[in-house]
Amino acid sequence: MDLILLLEQGLNGLQFGLMLFLLAAGLTLVFGIMDMINLAHGSLYMIGAYLAAVVMERTGSFAIAVVVALVGTALIGIVLEIVLLRRLYRRDHLTQVLATFALLLIADEVVRIVFGPQALTLNPPDALSGPVELIPGFTYSSYRLFIIAVGLIVALALYLLVTKTRVGMLVRAGASNRDMALAMGVDVNRLFTAVFGVGAALSALAGAMLGPLLAVEVGMGEGILILAFVVIVVGGIGSIRGALVGAIVVGTVDTLGRTLLPMSLRAMLPPSIASNLGPALASILIYVLMAGVLFWRPQGLFPARG
Amino acid sequence: MQVRAEQVSLEHPLRAWIALPLLLALIAFPLVMRSIEQPFYIVLVTRILIFALVATSLNLLVGFGGLVSFGHAAFLGAGAYVVGILMFHGIHSAWVVWPIAVGISAFAALLIGAISLRTRGVYFIMITLAFAQMVYYVFVSMKAYGGDDGLTLLARSQIGFGIDLKSDVAFYYVVLAVVAVCLFLFARLLNSRYGRVLQGTRENEIRMEAVGYPIYRYRLVAFVIAGAVAGLGGALLANLNLMASPNTLHWPQSGMLLIMVILGGVGTLWGGVMGATVLLLLEEILSTYTIHWQLGVGLVLLAVVLFAPNGLAAIARAVRANGPTK
Repeated sequence: MDLILLLEQGLNGLQFGLMLFLLAAGLTLVFGIMDMINLAHGSLYMIGAYLAAVVMERTGSFAIAVVVALVGTALIGIVLEIVLLRRLYRRDHLTQVLATFALLLIADEVVRIVFGPQALTLNPPDALSGPVELIPGFTYSSYRLFIIAVGLIVALALYLLVTKTRVGMLVRAGASNRDMALAMGVDVNRLFTAVFGVGAALSALAGAMLGPLLAVEVGMGEGILILAFVVIVVGGIGSIRGALVGAIVVGTVDTLGRTLLPMSLRAMLPPSIASNLGPALASILIYVLMAGVLFWRPQGLFPARG
Repeated sequence: MQVRAEQVSLEHPLRAWIALPLLLALIAFPLVMRSIEQPFYIVLVTRILIFALVATSLNLLVGFGGLVSFGHAAFLGAGAYVVGILMFHGIHSAWVVWPIAVGISAFAALLIGAISLRTRGVYFIMITLAFAQMVYYVFVSMKAYGGDDGLTLLARSQIGFGIDLKSDVAFYYVVLAVVAVCLFLFARLLNSRYGRVLQGTRENEIRMEAVGYPIYRYRLVAFVIAGAVAGLGGALLANLNLMASPNTLHWPQSGMLLIMVILGGVGTLWGGVMGATVLLLLEEILSTYTIHWQLGVGLVLLAVVLFAPNGLAAIARAVRANGPTK
């Protein structure tokens, strides 16, 4: 097998995994601490991408676009939490599914009304548009490298925030035993709002960063939302470490599977069967992984609740 | 996870004074529509009937078994694709194709249920979703059967007896008959010994296990029945649309089915029927006024969550309880 190809796909997998982590981090904390299934989390990702695309078009600055996307989506998330989602924490999961599915429909339609039905393009900053030679004979997209760097920095910052600070301690306390944290006098209302705002900002960051690679369109949040759910279930609901490991595993398995499986199948099977089977198996792979984890370790790889 | 019925009653009578007039009205419906020359509504009501059936089958799991499945579209889509694929190979008889569609959906439900039912709560939601996604990708990847574009049916299944399903009215009556029989059997099932045990496992799993019921097997039977009925619904839907589409397999479809159940009333006999009727009518009405009908659907669903937490059936019940007697 071609080593260069493997290296390239491995980096692509890491890059996709880190972006999945940005989405999954907010989702897993909301799920773990507030015990809430939020199907509208993908909509925040979509809103982030749209904000970034529009600001980029007006100002031409990718940095301003990302900052506006982050702040704007965080504000939308905070308002949403205070006005609506707060009422849902004590309701059963079914009600949460209904309400956040409704939010997803509303968000899709509002975005379609405001920005129009056609997909927007978001260009990467000029400085990062070319490839870069990593080792002699191996060039890689500098923008993807930039995404990897941003993902790693955010992951590290989040890890330090959750493990080393007082706020992080409250978050962990909430995730491992919400009622006890409540009893010890944690101001949960403010904590929940803050967690939701940070989660919204992170998913907006993922949307803005992935925007140049994927299409910025209505419905972009739905596909990636399910992947983010796979990540948090594999990693263990409520665990940031689990979300990071799960995201990188899912991102790598998905990316590598899509390249390597069809290739290795072509070597073994007649091409007519291989060309049908390859993509199917590759798409299914992560769901097999998830079902396997749920079957053997239902609490995920890194359970947050002791 | 607890699925809370507002007031627990294990008895779910079919209520002949609702069912019979409704049935008679539905039998008369095409005649009326034809006389006022609005045949379009016959197709709409056929679709509502099919989704009423599928939502009811999901309600058996969610409402009566306490098993929130987020992958019910898998069985709906499997039923539709079986009809499409067999027709593609020249098998047209409904008496052959529909039972095969039901059988394959039931078998898929047996496999998926056998594994999924070992998990609980949120994990059950997620594992059923994972399996449904697998089924989705299996069918989408079969290029010979349409892949992403779905599989177009050349004609409706053939039922014999000189009845031609090409006619929307004839097809309507077949669907009505199937759905009416299924709902009748559903009511019988709920009020049978089996139905009581299933609802018992929803109320208190550990207690039922302690009393000696093999709850895993009871739940698996419910999962298979629900999958089989959804497969039948899928077979009917493929015949209605003349199409087996990947969208019927995709997760938003599972979400829509769950929403029908929640909207109509979790754990009520008529919940699935009411939810499917209201949601599809809402879509239909809103989409005649605006292309942004999803916005309206979303707002109505939010309003239901905030103001009618137990679904529409609960409102009907409350009206009955407070209305004429006081």
